[in-house]
Amino acid sequence: MNFQDFIFYFFSGVLVLSALGVITLRNPVYAALLLVLAFFTSAGIWLLLEAEFLAITLVLVYVGAVMVLFLFVVMMLDINLERLREGFWKWFPFGTLLALVLAIEIGMVLMGGQFNLDNMPIPPSHEISYSNTKELGRLIYTEYVYAFELAAVILLVAMVAAIALTLRYRTDKKSTNPSKQVAVKRDDRLRIISMPSENKE
Amino acid sequence: MDYTQQLFEQMFGAEWGATVYLLVKNVFYIFAIVVPLLLAVAYLTFAERKIIAYMQIRVGPNRVTFFGIPWLRGWGQPIADAVKAIMKEIIIPTGANKFLFLLAPILTIAPALAAWAVVPFSPELVLADINAGLLYILAMTSLGVYGVIIAGWASNSKYAFLGSMRSAAQVVSYELAMGFALVCVLMMSESLNLGDIVKGQQGESFLNWYLIPLFPMFLVYFISGVAETNRAPFDVAEGESEIVAGFHVDYSGMAFTVFFLAEYANMILVATLTSIMFLGGWLPPVNIAPFTLIPGIVWLLLKIAFMLFFFLWFRATFPRYRYDQIMRLGWKIFIPITLIWIVLLGGLMQLPESTRELFPLNLWFY
Repeated sequence: MNFQDFIFYFFSGVLVLSALGVITLRNPVYAALLLVLAFFTSAGIWLLLEAEFLAITLVLVYVGAVMVLFLFVVMMLDINLERLREGFWKWFPFGTLLALVLAIEIGMVLMGGQFNLDNMPIPPSHEISYSNTKELGRLIYTEYVYAFELAAVILLVAMVAAIALTLRYRTDKKSTNPSKQVAVKRDDRLRIISMPSENKE
Repeated sequence: MDYTQQLFEQMFGAEWGATVYLLVKNVFYIFAIVVPLLLAVAYLTFAERKIIAYMQIRVGPNRVTFFGIPWLRGWGQPIADAVKAIMKEIIIPTGANKFLFLLAPILTIAPALAAWAVVPFSPELVLADINAGLLYILAMTSLGVYGVIIAGWASNSKYAFLGSMRSAAQVVSYELAMGFALVCVLMMSESLNLGDIVKGQQGESFLNWYLIPLFPMFLVYFISGVAETNRAPFDVAEGESEIVAGFHVDYSGMAFTVFFLAEYANMILVATLTSIMFLGGWLPPVNIAPFTLIPGIVWLLLKIAFMLFFFLWFRATFPRYRYDQIMRLGWKIFIPITLIWIVLLGGLMQLPESTRELFPLNLWFY
């Protein structure tokens, strides 16, 4: 076992344990934090494959942005464990069925011979000037440009839909309008009248 | 060095010797970066107090000295502060989540230090000369927000939680503008390696630096950097007049000091990255005799100090932004500016060679 193997097994161990923790821990904040750890360690494994662009982008996008918002929401939830556990036995058969289907599918993929070393050999290591980012960019913007554009459009649609679903105009809202405030003249606010001085009686 | 490697190979065997040697060597280099960095952080706090004091016509710390030397008055202040912080008790509030409460400061300082791994101090002086250096920096700086969020939640206090919520939204918003500004830099240099980015700015004088063609991006990046480090005028996460001290209101002693260290280490990091990506890193401003004789690292340190001065200047000058103003600046001003500049830059890069020569664009594009 050389050092790279050691790193691989270490990361894999941490990854499997943290992924198990995500689905078994009661506290959702702990679960979310372990999911962060899982993302981080899988990025480490990708680095071993010399896929540095994908690895760092995984950390940047999922750990740096998506999970921050996830935690943001999870922390604001009022977590009532009793109510969370209420429907457990009711949904248990359905969940088991899903798990079984998943297990069969994974088994078919892994045992079907598509992933053995003959079909998927260890990728060759590249010389030091090889830039993963450049190669990926070249492929995305030439060969796969339509798929890439399509993905971008789908994301845009999702974004517009999310805004359209959550945007509501409130009529009872009160806010200041700075430009109006600045434009106010004395005569708009103040009325000067002349009146005789009052006498004390 | 070869002799040391042989020594390790004799001790641990041929297979593991090289690995252990590499580990020991890198740990040594890490110390060589982190120890001066922490010293710089200590004296940055001193510089901040002195500079802001002079801006407000005060004197600032002028008592603590070394061995009673009169002209060093005040210079012992950071050391005295550190000793005080170490002596203080770390109070863990009732109802706080003890594990996460203590984990949060560590999660804040770790990325702030880890980002320094790819920073080039001179053409040869860099710990990890990796291809995707710029991405690595972005990833590491985006991790710092976890410490803040976890600190706010684990303290079990409403003020702390409000501070961490504010910080999370703010950092995520400004990261976008920051990332887009850096996209412009990498379009110019055609590389993600920080050393190559500096080499792309090489030329006769400072006219070759990316500061000039990317001036709006420089402003966007630096202001986003100030927002990302939660410094004034974007320090709503602390907001001492509204939410006491924000996310670290329940922290004391060394736990608080670690947050403090991370904030200042992040400031130095942002200043360093701005100098590397826009101000030509280790390159002298003019490529003639008296300037080229000074070693590159001195130029880099001068540029870092110059950018750090702005952080302190901002704090002494501007009142704190309102929260909605922060969000408006990030989403409605910075992101459109960066998007327009990316399109513009892409268009310039696609111009034919003969058209480019009519403008002085050849300074920056190969």
